[in-house]
Amino acid sequence: MAWVDIRDVHKVYERDTQKVTVLDGLSLQIQEGEFVALMGPSGSGKTTLLNLIGGIDQPTSGDLVVAGTNIAALKGAQLAKWRSATIGYIFQLYNLMPVLTAQQNVELPLMLYKMSGAERKKRASFALELVGLADRSTHYPRQLSGGQEQRVAIARALVSDPKLLLADEPTGDLDRKSGEEILQLLERLNREFKKTIIMVTHDPHAAERAHRLVHLDKGVLTA
Amino acid sequence: MFHLVLVNLFRNKLRTVLTLLSVLVALFLYSSLGAILDTLQAASDSGSRERLATRHAIALTNFLPYSYKQRIAQIPGVKRVCTQVWFGARDPQDRGGFFTQFAVDNDFWPMYKKDIRIVEATKPQVALGVPAGQDPKLAAYLAERPACIVGVGLMKKKNWKLGQTIHLDGTIFPGTWDFVIRGTYDKQPGGTWDNEMLLFRQDYLVEKGLKGNELTGVFKLELNDKSQSAAIARQVDAMFENSDNATKTESEQAFGAGFVSMFGNVPFALRMIGFAVVFTILVISANTMVMSVRERTSEIGVLKTLGFSDGSIFGMIVAEAAIITTGGGLIGALLAKFGLEGKPLAFIPQMVIRWETVFTAIAIAVLLGAVSGFIPAWQASRLRIVDALRRVD
Ligand SMILES: Nc1ncnc2c1ncn2[C@@H]1O[C@H](COP(=O)(O)OP(=O)(O)OP(=O)(O)O)[C@@H](O)[C@H]1O
Ligand SMILES: [Mg+2]
Repeated sequence: MAWVDIRDVHKVYERDTQKVTVLDGLSLQIQEGEFVALMGPSGSGKTTLLNLIGGIDQPTSGDLVVAGTNIAALKGAQLAKWRSATIGYIFQLYNLMPVLTAQQNVELPLMLYKMSGAERKKRASFALELVGLADRSTHYPRQLSGGQEQRVAIARALVSDPKLLLADEPTGDLDRKSGEEILQLLERLNREFKKTIIMVTHDPHAAERAHRLVHLDKGVLTA
Repeated sequence: MFHLVLVNLFRNKLRTVLTLLSVLVALFLYSSLGAILDTLQAASDSGSRERLATRHAIALTNFLPYSYKQRIAQIPGVKRVCTQVWFGARDPQDRGGFFTQFAVDNDFWPMYKKDIRIVEATKPQVALGVPAGQDPKLAAYLAERPACIVGVGLMKKKNWKLGQTIHLDGTIFPGTWDFVIRGTYDKQPGGTWDNEMLLFRQDYLVEKGLKGNELTGVFKLELNDKSQSAAIARQVDAMFENSDNATKTESEQAFGAGFVSMFGNVPFALRMIGFAVVFTILVISANTMVMSVRERTSEIGVLKTLGFSDGSIFGMIVAEAAIITTGGGLIGALLAKFGLEGKPLAFIPQMVIRWETVFTAIAIAVLLGAVSGFIPAWQASRLRIVDALRRVD
């Protein structure tokens, strides 16, 4: 069985009385250590698929095995626990807590683990160093550039050492240069730290960095 | 986690402070109303169930002939009778500082032994005996008409000294009144009197204030057997029923309560106002919490994505609300306790706020936080991550 094994997944949203089929019997296998780019037109269901893999949404039907766990069978608190241990999520708009410093934002996922404050600090500092922002640890998000914010967000996704990184258009809101830095960082995380990465993108340049390109259109994979 | 609650509190300082202030004011008000109720209650509690009080049937302020004392004392079952007259004079040096004064006759002292005790007294120049049953410390007081006995609390407040002559301005009994302090008293544990009164002699009042007319205000009756009190009360009133000055006799406690009942339905109205204020603040603080959580919808989505459980999100928001309201309530209630206690209220020399009232106010504040935090906390904990995150897009 593949590391990420998606079999015949359907996702149907009910809007008022209308049913919108977003994913229509989708199957996809991803091996551990892969760097996969997910492309497709707007509204094709990329975010929806990523959310299903990340366990923040549930499929209407079908099986989803991620890192050896059948997540379609997990409920509420179990799923939350699984997420915190397995998944690092990177958003297009960074989604940092505005009231916390870079350091505190990165420490946030570690709040869910029993560890000393010093240990938490140490790990967060290490993650910030990894993304090249050790000197910005006391800055608040509003004092950072978009590219820096996204790097803090990556540090936050990394800090609890998850196996799978999910990135939804991580460069979508950045200029070319900052976007390039982010992509290099993701590449390095994949190569050196063996993170499995699934990245949604609209940018063919960004997609080139991946080992594998998956196209989604109207809820099904197209070559 | 607690840190996150704190930074969220400081995210919008003005809003937090305003909410805290509104809760503070509301619970200060609530505690103040409670204080008035407590004070009235304390006033009606002062007085024992075991003694009877006989007053003029028409009004509390009317006088009764002192001669009634002999006739009441002859009723079987009555152990002792004494008299008390409300004096109501003012200290010209300290006009605002009202305190209680009573003119009492000599039988007062043995009768109230369990409520007050003489602490210190002037030694008479020549050795004087005191009548049987009287505290020997009262010798100087009993030997001198303008003498008085002052509570230790009042002595301290006024900075008076034993042996000092003080001057008061009469109100009900006009003129300047001189008193020599011949002793001090303190309240006895479990007694019903406070230690901030001035007590002086009935015969001084008769001589100077009543132009020699032997009148008095209230008779207090000590009984041999308290189970007889209802029967004796009826007997006393029957005795004077057809005279010019009919009497009304009830337990000393009911007498105090009658004093309070002059306020009619005020206590009920106060209670209602208190509840209305608290309810209004509940609505306001709940609304504020709902707004402040709604602004953070996407952040809550992110926290959940990171793996924070619905329960912990719920707890954080309730804690946030509870900190604001508990803080406000705590300050408001304590301000009432320490700001109002001891201050005069109408004819009552000092307000009392029971700790129960303070704790009730604080408990209400905690509850206020829990209830006003519950709605947004519940919404946030039920929020699906995909919907929470979608709101930013
Ligand atoms: N919670 C929801 N309720 C109803 N419809 C939804 C919901 N989430 C997504 N959809 C619909 O599902 C479809 C796919 O959405 P999705 O966000 O997965 O697309 P996407 O490929 O990520 O698009 P984009 O490139 O614009 O981000 C869209 O038509 C969207 O309107
Ligand atoms: Mg999308």
